[in-house]
Amino acid sequence: MATTIHVDIVSAEASLFSGDAEFIIVPAEMGEMGIYPLHTQLLTKIKPGSVRIKKPDQEEELIYVSGGMLEVQPHLVTILSDTAIRGQDLDEAQALEAKRRAEDAMRDRSSEMDYARAQMELAEAIAQIAAIHQFRKRH
Amino acid sequence: MASGKEIRTKIKSVENTRKITRAMEMVAAAKMRKAQERMRAARPYAEKIANVAAHLSQAHPEYKHPFVLKRDHEKRVGAIVVTTDKGLCGGLNTNILRLLVNQMKKWDAAKLGVDVSAIGNKGLGFLQRSGANVLSQVVALGDTPHMDRLIGPVKVMLDAYREGKIDTLHVFYNRFINTMKQEPVMVQLLPLSAPANDDLKHYWDYIYEPDAKEVVDALLIRYVEALIYQAVAENMACEQSARMVAMKAASDNAKNVIGELKLVYNKTRQAAITKELSEIVAGAAAV
Repeated sequence: MATTIHVDIVSAEASLFSGDAEFIIVPAEMGEMGIYPLHTQLLTKIKPGSVRIKKPDQEEELIYVSGGMLEVQPHLVTILSDTAIRGQDLDEAQALEAKRRAEDAMRDRSSEMDYARAQMELAEAIAQIAAIHQFRKRH
Repeated sequence: MASGKEIRTKIKSVENTRKITRAMEMVAAAKMRKAQERMRAARPYAEKIANVAAHLSQAHPEYKHPFVLKRDHEKRVGAIVVTTDKGLCGGLNTNILRLLVNQMKKWDAAKLGVDVSAIGNKGLGFLQRSGANVLSQVVALGDTPHMDRLIGPVKVMLDAYREGKIDTLHVFYNRFINTMKQEPVMVQLLPLSAPANDDLKHYWDYIYEPDAKEVVDALLIRYVEALIYQAVAENMACEQSARMVAMKAASDNAKNVIGELKLVYNKTRQAAITKELSEIVAGAAAV
């Protein structure tokens, strides 16, 4: 009988926890959620808060997550923690900023992709590298 | 033949250049280790989120996200181009841009418009000079890739996809194979190519909270972002290794040049001494 469930907590920049647990508590978006082994499949967003993990040796571990996603399979819990602080408005602002920068740079310029010029530039760079290789060979 | 003093100054200047390239080599070597660690640290997340996405494609969600639906008519394609911010890293950027230009030519021949998003200064400069349609950009990422810097440009492309302005989305970056070898690759991001699994062993679906649309949306956006983050982290590891190798080659070249110049210098010196001696001897003989 399965009395433990495997828990993985990862963020884009590091793996935060990986191991078995008897019971875990997650700050889901709709409220705190307790998960025992053999829980049904579930997918939800989580709020910033701490995840409490009760390990088989009765120790408890607390891990702070700054929001993210929670996936539950009967024998597996995966928490994908965000590293950046997210929000509809924040994301929107970031996108607008990236767009604005590109548009600023794009002004007063023809819109056609100039392949000849691109290739010439690349050919030049490649020739330079080839020249360096030639030089290396001579020595 | 150049005089002794001229050659000495030249040797000095090459020596100075060598000092710089040696220093850059060592800095790159130190940064490379960290960049590789970061690249490895990003892997678990990418793997886990890919697992969840695969589970999702096996489940039978009542809601099909636009990111997983293939479109019948492709009119425009999107490309996210990851390059470095700084140069002096061998052929790294040239290789990736060559792959991009070849691919863009193919798209152009197939009457497909191309919108690009540039991550990194080198690619941005190149794309602007060559007149590509740059929708969004982010430069000066520094040595550590941060998710919050990447969200913006990625969102611009995802929005363009959702609004039907582009019908596929690709990412171009250098894949890290080992310190000596990096490979430019093109990876399709959208529509997501989920592993096909048609054997309907058991029907199951997730419980979604609060509802399927919102959760699947958030998950797939994070999935694409994780792929981009991984690409950027990998490109940074490539950059540092390529720079280390390039600077090592430069230092070796400088060493060779110094050797050659020293030989020339000694030859000139010896010639001068011989000339002087023979003059003295000739003078003595005349007396």
